[in-house]
Amino acid sequence: MDASIIIFYIISAFILVTGLLAVTSRKIFRSAIFLLFSLIGIAALYFWMQVEFIAAVQIIVYVGGIVVLIIFSIFLTQKSGDQMPKPIRSRVLFSALAVLFGLGFVLNLIWKYGFENTEPQNFNVKVSDIGQQMLSTTEHGFVLPFEVVSILLLAAMIGCIVIAMKASPKPYKEAALEVDENSISKS
Amino acid sequence: MKYFFLQATLSRSLPFGEAGGALTHILFLSTTLFFIGMYGLFTRRNMITILMAVELILNSVNINFVAFNKYLYPGKLDGIFFSIFVITIAAAEAAVAIAIIINLYRSHHSIDVEDASELKY
Repeated sequence: MDASIIIFYIISAFILVTGLLAVTSRKIFRSAIFLLFSLIGIAALYFWMQVEFIAAVQIIVYVGGIVVLIIFSIFLTQKSGDQMPKPIRSRVLFSALAVLFGLGFVLNLIWKYGFENTEPQNFNVKVSDIGQQMLSTTEHGFVLPFEVVSILLLAAMIGCIVIAMKASPKPYKEAALEVDENSISKS
Repeated sequence: MKYFFLQATLSRSLPFGEAGGALTHILFLSTTLFFIGMYGLFTRRNMITILMAVELILNSVNINFVAFNKYLYPGKLDGIFFSIFVITIAAAEAAVAIAIIINLYRSHHSIDVEDASELKY
């Protein structure tokens, strides 16, 4: 047993246990905190695989962004101390059966396929390489998806503002007309 | 301390002995995480917890991309790029989903999926 293998098993046990608690805990705030730990464990797995850039992005975007957003929305919409109602027993039974069947099927497939036990060649991801390939316009460049994703982010931002904006109680035209009548009657 | 572990990772010969490669073990991990998220998606009825389950599923997919890139195609960077784009799109999706959830809470005073059934019939 190598040290890195033991570390891998510890990290994966941490990820799986906290992930399972995140989907089964009945207090929603605890569930969000377990999700946070699971995402941190996944970042640790990326560090273990020596892709430090992805690990940093994972911590910044997921732990610093999405989980905080989820916790804010929990505070806006729920009484976070309350327990959620128990799911129906038959639903738990059938979904656990379906999930276990799918898990066994896919694990069996991976095991039977037998990826060869390759020595990892030196896989050094330099951030400068990532940046240059991201913005290059040659054959293996990723500038088109980069631009598409930037448009997507802009659209998502505008869409969020439009959806979550508080609608004015009256349509704008009527409100404007009323204001006009008020000012006329006053004068 | 961290660099000691990284050195240990670099210097090993055949990482997981006879019990399949490291790639197989990472794929086991990500598959299990995927189905844990699937279980949450099936059993939960609160929209925020469903969103958390979807985040777990997307993360398991990211682990797959990075692991395939590292162990099968170490000369390329495509898996890294795909996981970066998946992370970006997941962030946009979470933001839009939470905006919809908050708007739904304003009109229905509940974020249970059973209560939002106007479009069902």
